Amino acid sequence: MDSALLNPILDQHRGKPGDLIHVLMAIQHQNHWLPREVLLQVAEALEIPFGRVMRIATLYKTFSLTPKGRHEVQVCNGISCHLRGAKELMAAIERATGVKAGETDADWRFSVQSGACLGTCSIGPEIIVDGTHHVRMTPDQVAGVLEQYP
Amino acid sequence: MTRLRSAAELEQLRSAIVSSRNPARPCIAVCAGAACHGQDSQLVADALRAEVDRLGPAAGVELRVTGCHGYCAKGPNVVVNPAELCYFEVKPEDAADVVASARNGTVVERLVYRDPVTGEASARMSEVPFYKHQTRLLIGDNTRIDPMRIDDYIAAGGYAALAKALFKMTPEQVVDEVKRANLRGRGGGGFPAGQKWETAKNAPGDERYVIVNGHEGEPGAFMDRAIFTGNPHKVLEGLIIGAYAIGSHQGYIYTRHDSPQLIRHIEQALAQAEAHGLLGQDILGSGFDFRVELHFDVGIFVSGESSALMRSIEGLPPEPRPKYIRTSVAGIRDKPSNLNNVETWANVPQIIERGAEWYAGIGTERSKGTKLVSLSGHVVASGVVEVPMGTPLRTIVHDIGGGVAQGKALKAVHFGGPMGGSIPADLVDARLDFDELAKLGAPIGAGGLLVMDEDTDMVEVARYFLEWLTNESCGKCVPCREGMWQTMRVLENITKGQGRRGDIERLEDLNDVTSAACLCALGKTSADPLKSMLRYFKPEYEAQIARGEKRDDAAVGSASR
Repeated sequence: MDSALLNPILDQHRGKPGDLIHVLMAIQHQNHWLPREVLLQVAEALEIPFGRVMRIATLYKTFSLTPKGRHEVQVCNGISCHLRGAKELMAAIERATGVKAGETDADWRFSVQSGACLGTCSIGPEIIVDGTHHVRMTPDQVAGVLEQYP
Repeated sequence: MTRLRSAAELEQLRSAIVSSRNPARPCIAVCAGAACHGQDSQLVADALRAEVDRLGPAAGVELRVTGCHGYCAKGPNVVVNPAELCYFEVKPEDAADVVASARNGTVVERLVYRDPVTGEASARMSEVPFYKHQTRLLIGDNTRIDPMRIDDYIAAGGYAALAKALFKMTPEQVVDEVKRANLRGRGGGGFPAGQKWETAKNAPGDERYVIVNGHEGEPGAFMDRAIFTGNPHKVLEGLIIGAYAIGSHQGYIYTRHDSPQLIRHIEQALAQAEAHGLLGQDILGSGFDFRVELHFDVGIFVSGESSALMRSIEGLPPEPRPKYIRTSVAGIRDKPSNLNNVETWANVPQIIERGAEWYAGIGTERSKGTKLVSLSGHVVASGVVEVPMGTPLRTIVHDIGGGVAQGKALKAVHFGGPMGGSIPADLVDARLDFDELAKLGAPIGAGGLLVMDEDTDMVEVARYFLEWLTNESCGKCVPCREGMWQTMRVLENITKGQGRRGDIERLEDLNDVTSAACLCALGKTSADPLKSMLRYFKPEYEAQIARGEKRDDAAVGSASR
């Protein structure tokens, strides 16, 4: 991660152990993942043990310790989407991308994630690619949607 | 904006805003709630904006981008006020017609609700079945408020309750009012809010905190987001009143990180309230100081549990602790900390403004006021619903929700997500009431109501909830970490046709242990969905297990040959 982006974040929270989650959120948002050397700098800046940084970084689903592909594909697996066929949707995505939830394909094109619940149950099941919702999806529509993201 | 220094200045501001507005002037409200936003309501808003701008101010039409209207299934939603014309599934190309309708009062027939059977049209909110059976005390203002503008909230009477509390009531009277209203916590427990406030108020120590729990991590629950994103000042006003009553000068809002809109609206509300002297030092010149910090969950369900949430605010891992000392006595940094859910706080201003007697007049004997319900699953009209406590579930599912999707039969309704329970279709006349539904095995929880059709596999639903919870547990205590995992494995085997004799007893045994021995509510109530299903849908479990038993017997038979 570019230090020109990282340093302002660290400077804002230097010496404040309680701000750990805020710092990791800002880095995840900027960089889309948390590289180990960045986390070491976070520990130093907030004056907390590296282990505590890792404890938080590994606990929450939002934080990624591996790099992400160009496009983030999210499948809602909340109960309402589940009842309406999210599982079949996920299977179609696995077939189309060749990867499972939590993985990124070899071309760094797609990172696939499943998560609940986005609160948009009324328009599920849906997949969200780079923040754009594709609603009331059926498995046979998956390939067509993913094609829009080269 | 200059800071308001008294209740009189607030009233002056209100009259100035109200008199600058013509109530008869048509205003188009475009819903930007989560589901409408997901269906590109922004493009609709842009098209309407372009049309309004093209006509110029002489046309006299206003446009407002608002929070959730409620009828998510038929989004993007547009409401034309003051006539309350409801337009559904609006597209950008409808903009010219909608604006024309606002100007001359005509109805765009192709965009109004039509009865799926008779084809009869309903244009006004008071006629649309989804809305007409509701009592929208909390969410009703959403179509009239731009969440980014405090003026809209003030024009609707906002912060009058705060002024009343600060200048006409003692903190004790405020607590007493909430107690007499019998406001019960909307987050899941249904614990009396006034009693909790009193505990925090009387707990020893100089410093105490108030917290808004806006985590809403339960799958299928989206009503808190609707109110918090759509009308953030309502929640904030409730919080400030609570802080005054309890004697707190520091508040915390804990909410989701994954909705940029929600964060933007809360941050804006905090900034505007501060600029108006409704937050910070010497609120409205009363001498009362109160500040609010914003914190986020970044993706684990257990951090919505009160003691875990407080650890998270301290920057520590969100692990619950045993509650023999309540968080209202020792919470954040071991100071008394009063936590209530978004919807609970949102109820406070109207209780103060209209009084406990008025509030207690709504609902049932022991469950007062209205309740927001997120209606989802196999239902025709899913969305955010607000009804008085005591409303039969049938009204919610059939009259408001339009019944089961695709003409199928109702099998069960499930309340409370992964820590709730399912009741069969023949109990659909049960009333929305904390205690009655808990007795039936489907506690209201936060208010996520899931409709399940005749084809739903109840074993699979229980397995789903357990799988979900095992991924959301913090792992601190063994009964939760291991108990839920083992329960899930038994259920998984049953769904795969690999059930074994004695599985029901095994499940019941595991349920007993997790219910009794887990540290926090996540584990303690993790068995609740399964318990309710073994109560009402046992034959289905037995039939699925029998499939596995047959396979076992066949295997034994072939081995012995």
